[in-house]
Amino acid sequence: MDIRKKALTKSIWVFHVSAGSCNNCDIEIFDCFTPRFDVERLGIQLAGSVRHADALLITGVINKKTIPIVKKIYEQAPKPCMVIACGICANSQHMFRFGYNVEKPLDKILPVDVYIPGCPPKPEAIISGIVKLIDKLKKGK
Amino acid sequence: MSHKIIVPIGPYHPLQDEPEFFQLYVEGEKVVDIDIIIGYNHRGIEKLSESKHFDQVPFLVERICGICSSSHPYAYCLAVENILGGEINIVPEKALYIRTIIDELQRIHSHLLWLGLAGHFIGYNTVWMWAWKYREPVLDMFEMVTGNRNNYAMFKIGGVRRDIKDEDIPLLRKMLDELLPAVDLFRGAVMDDPVIKMRLKDVGTLTYQQAVDWCVVGPTARASGVNIDIRRDDPYGVTERLDWNVILEKDGDIFSKTIVRILELYESISIIRQSLDKMPKSGVIDAEVKDIPEGEGIGRVEAPRGECFHYIKSDGTNQPVRHKVRSPSFMNVASDKVSAVGGTISDATITLAAVDPCYCCTERVAVINKINNRKVMNGWDLVKLSQEKTLKLKEGYHGRPK
Repeated sequence: MDIRKKALTKSIWVFHVSAGSCNNCDIEIFDCFTPRFDVERLGIQLAGSVRHADALLITGVINKKTIPIVKKIYEQAPKPCMVIACGICANSQHMFRFGYNVEKPLDKILPVDVYIPGCPPKPEAIISGIVKLIDKLKKGK
Repeated sequence: MSHKIIVPIGPYHPLQDEPEFFQLYVEGEKVVDIDIIIGYNHRGIEKLSESKHFDQVPFLVERICGICSSSHPYAYCLAVENILGGEINIVPEKALYIRTIIDELQRIHSHLLWLGLAGHFIGYNTVWMWAWKYREPVLDMFEMVTGNRNNYAMFKIGGVRRDIKDEDIPLLRKMLDELLPAVDLFRGAVMDDPVIKMRLKDVGTLTYQQAVDWCVVGPTARASGVNIDIRRDDPYGVTERLDWNVILEKDGDIFSKTIVRILELYESISIIRQSLDKMPKSGVIDAEVKDIPEGEGIGRVEAPRGECFHYIKSDGTNQPVRHKVRSPSFMNVASDKVSAVGGTISDATITLAAVDPCYCCTERVAVINKINNRKVMNGWDLVKLSQEKTLKLKEGYHGRPK
């Protein structure tokens, strides 16, 4: 197992990118950090800068204006950097797929490691998604 | 001559809400100008809506904004019902009450969300955690009534999709009763805390004339003394049959904006209680509208942030020909141009936040020196600056002899 990936399994710091979402995924992600769900007890923390992040939590349908910015953010992240597509918009563009401002889904732009479906996914689903990411890292895939 | 520095805020930020881009022009500590660049969230919803049929559009407009996800479908339904002859003539009695209850529950959840984030920005993380903790029961109420925590899918043309069951009503009342002490707590925390007062009083002021000139709406306007509220001026649902007040403040600073929002929580709780009392026990909840005739209609709803406006043009087919949306934040964000200019950078975060836009943008700020384009400060530094100011004030206050 790659030692750099093993280091990620203990405490994942995520950087949240809202790439044209409707806020619902964003407030549910934020909810994870507040008293009822409190993922900080599991070592998951919101990173202030992408340069400190182990994983990108991307929400929303990526539109033409945000594609270059999302790419740039991914380039700035230290590697290995995991990508989590949170919410059905980031997974499959949802009902916006025929929109004129929407080009391609997230996994055609960046390599996505975990998909969390739901509109919006409940905080439990988001936590379970991150746990699946840790499992995946442990298996060394 | 001091040199001007540009502080770009956004478009990406680690906390929440849509991407927006603010450029603050600063001279030393003072903000001298501001540029607002939006469009990072453009998904072409108006155009998409013209390719969907009338019953599909509520699901689409619900996803314009996740926080006001009942205001937009409500305004759209009002616009279509305007073509059909008015909400009051079509929608069954019980559905009107359910619509009002959902709309007001959403206002509670949105104002608590704002309160928490505002607390976070001025360095009161306890307020943030508490506000979001007490917001959870509101989301539970939503889950109980509508089946989802955020996108409710309750509205349809001519009624609502789900009924509020009789056995749920006592539980809803109990949850509202439990919410009231929490609101009292926030009122005490904000109104009586000297440090919050020093931090928010006379900061980011928007005078009455400026509020009128910049066409601000909602709590931002009411904090400046502009007496507008769509619930009273153009009644929808059952709000005109209930007893409630429009909250007005005069000063227009961030403190007044906070007070308006906290006091509105009480009004919303009161409206929901009265609606639960007066709601008919049984009855249909859907008028089963079939055809939409040719015509134009508008719908206006008081969203948590202000007036939400929808315009629909129908040509007698099953799709809208034109759908126009005007959301409240678009008006309010522009007023930052007057409220943030003249303040200091450490106040900019809370000033931009005070209109309740998609404001966590302020988290990814980077101060760039205009001459060599070198970053000197990032988002966390700016929030830290804001929090340090509160800390300093706190020390000053407690250290001062009485």
